[in-house]
Amino acid sequence: MAEIFDLLVSAAFWTATLRIATPYILGTLGELVCERAGVLNLGIEGIMTLGAMAGWMAVYQGADLWTGVAVAALCGGLLGLLHAGLTVPLGLSQHVAGIGVTLLGTSLSYFVYRLVLPQASTPPTIEPFQPLPIPGLSDIPVLGPALFSQTALTYLALLLVGLVAYVLYRTPVGLALRMVGENPAAAEAQGLSVTGLRVGAVVAGSALMGLAGSFLTLSAFNAFFFNMVNGRGWICIALVVFASWQPGKALLGALLFAAFDAFQLRLQQITGGVLPYQLFLMLPYLLSILALVLMSRRAAYPRALMIPYRKGER
Amino acid sequence: MLLEPRTHVPALARILAPLGAVAAALALCALLVAWAGAPVLRAYGLLLEGAVGSRFALTETLTRATPLILTGLAAAVAFRAKLWNIGAEGQLYMGALAAVALGGGLLDLPAWLLLPLVLLAGAAAGGVTLLGPAVLKVRFGVDEVVTTLLLNFVILLFVSMLLEGALKDPMGMGWPQSAPVLPEAELPKLLERTRLHAGLAIALVLALALWLIDARTVWGYENRAVGANPRAAAFAGISVTRVMLRTALLSGGLAGLAGAAEVTGLRGYLTLDLSPGFGYAGIVVAMLAQLHPVGAVGAAVFIAGLFVGADAMSRAMPVPNYIADVLVAASLLCMLVAGLLTRYRLRRG
Repeated sequence: MAEIFDLLVSAAFWTATLRIATPYILGTLGELVCERAGVLNLGIEGIMTLGAMAGWMAVYQGADLWTGVAVAALCGGLLGLLHAGLTVPLGLSQHVAGIGVTLLGTSLSYFVYRLVLPQASTPPTIEPFQPLPIPGLSDIPVLGPALFSQTALTYLALLLVGLVAYVLYRTPVGLALRMVGENPAAAEAQGLSVTGLRVGAVVAGSALMGLAGSFLTLSAFNAFFFNMVNGRGWICIALVVFASWQPGKALLGALLFAAFDAFQLRLQQITGGVLPYQLFLMLPYLLSILALVLMSRRAAYPRALMIPYRKGER
Repeated sequence: MLLEPRTHVPALARILAPLGAVAAALALCALLVAWAGAPVLRAYGLLLEGAVGSRFALTETLTRATPLILTGLAAAVAFRAKLWNIGAEGQLYMGALAAVALGGGLLDLPAWLLLPLVLLAGAAAGGVTLLGPAVLKVRFGVDEVVTTLLLNFVILLFVSMLLEGALKDPMGMGWPQSAPVLPEAELPKLLERTRLHAGLAIALVLALALWLIDARTVWGYENRAVGANPRAAAFAGISVTRVMLRTALLSGGLAGLAGAAEVTGLRGYLTLDLSPGFGYAGIVVAMLAQLHPVGAVGAAVFIAGLFVGADAMSRAMPVPNYIADVLVAASLLCMLVAGLLTRYRLRRG
C-alpha cells in the first residue's frame, strides 16, 4: 500500500502519465473532430501508423524534427482526404471505408519502410525530441516536472485541446461543423456546404491523427517498429465515446487512461513476475471496453454520426 | 454531380464490379512497383506465376485460401445482418486455442470422435467470443466495431499467456508454442506431397450451405431483412435480437473454425504467428464477394494468390512482399467504389 502511495506522489509517475497520454490526446482529438462532423473514422489506426512511419522517415532522410512532424500531419491529412472522399460525397459505408483506410495506411507504411531499408535487422534510430523544461515552472515540486518538463509535442497536444475546444464552441466554423454532425439538412438550408465542412473536418482530424503517430517515433521512441501503434487508434475511438465528444473530457479521459497505463507498468515491476505480464498488458484494452459499456447508455452521439448525407434524399 | 439509384442492376455488372476493382488496384499499385525499381509487367507476371504457375504454387494458394474462405464467410454473414464483426482475427485464435486444448488429449475421447469434436469446439469457442460483443450491442447499445477490435488484442495476449504457461509445449525448446495435437485430431491431406488439407473441402461445403440457407430458408430471409432495415424487420415480427445473436454465433463460429482447421490441418500446433491477418483479410474477401457466400470462395483464392505470389515475386525482385497487403487494401477501397457504381449512376446537375 505504502508503495502505491509513494508511486502516486512521485514526479516520475506523473511525467510518464503525460508522456503516455500524448498520442491518445492527439488521436482522440482527431477522431472527435471527424465524429463531431458526422463521420466515423476507423482509418485512425492506419493513419497513426503512416504518421509514425512518414514522420520518422523524413527525419531519418535528413529533415529536421519539425519538418518530420509536418510530413506526418500531411500524410495523415491525405489519408483523411481519401476517407472523406469515399464517405462524404460518395456516401459509402464509413465502417468498411475506415477499415480499408487502416489496411492501406498500415500496409503502405510497411511497404515503404521495407523498400527504403530492405535489411535492417535492428531498426535504425534518429535523434528524437528532447524534454524542454520551462524555466521556473518546472521547479515546482511533483507538478513541475510532470507538467513542464515534457517534449515539445506534448505541449503542442495540450495547446491543441484548447484550440479545438475554442474552434468548436466559440467560432462560426465550429458551430457549422457541429451542425453538419447533428442536422445536415438544416445546415444545408442555412446555405452551408455539408460536403465541404465534413471533408474539411475529416482532413483536419486525420492530420491530428498523423501527428499522434509521429509522437511515437519522434518523441516517445527514436525508431519505427512494425505493429508500433498496437491498437492505440482503436482505444482513441473508445475514448471519444468516453469523453461524450467533448475536447476537455477527451483530455481528461486520455490522462486517466494513461495514468492507469503508467500504474500497471509500475505494478508489473512491483509484483515482479508473480502474475503473467500479459494480464497487465490486457488491462488497457479491457478498460476501454468497460468505459464503452458504462458510457454507451447515456452517450450523446452526434445525431448524424455515420449517416451519409445526399442532397435531396430523405 | 449527383448520384442517382439505378432501378435495375444487371447480373453482369455484379460480376464485372470486383474484376474492375481488382484491375484498378493492380494499376494503382503498379506505381509502387515501378517506384521500387522493378519492371511492372514482369513483376506482376512473376506474381501470377508464383500464385498459380505450378502444381506446388496452386496447392499453396489453395492452402492459404482455406482460412480466408472461412473468415470471408464470417464477415459476409455478419455484414449481411449489419453486425460489424471486425474481430474475426481474435475469434480465429480462440478457435485454434480450443482445438489445441482438446486435440492435445485434454479429454480421453475415442479416435473417430476426436476430430469432429475438435473442429466443433473451435467453432464454438469462436462463436461464444463474438456473442459477448453482440450481447453488449443489443443490450447496452455498445458499438461492436470497437469492442471486437479491442478484443483482438486481449485475445492475442491471452493466447500468448497460455503459450508461455498452461499450454506450453514441454518439448518446445523454450519457444512459446503449444504441444502438437494428437495424430487422430489431424485433418487428412487432400493431395500427396502437398500441404493442402481437408479444411478446404469443409470450407467449400460451408460456402454452398450458407448460400442455400441465405437464398432458400426463413433464417436467411430474416437475416437479410434485419440487415436491410432492422426497424421494418421488427415491425414484420422478426426478433432483431435473436437474429443478431444467431448471426454472432454463426460468424464467430466460422472464424473459430478457420483457426481450428489451420491447427489441425496445417500447423499441428499453435503459435502466435498462426494468422498473418486472416481475420482482417476476411473483410476484404467478403466485400469483393459482395457478401455472397459462393463469391467468397473466388475472392479468397484471389487474395491467397496475391500473398503467395507476392512472396515468390519479392524473392526475385527488389519489391517488398508487403505489396500484397497494399494490393489487398487497394482492392477493398476500389471495390467500394465499384459497388457504388453498380447501384447508382452519376448524373451532372
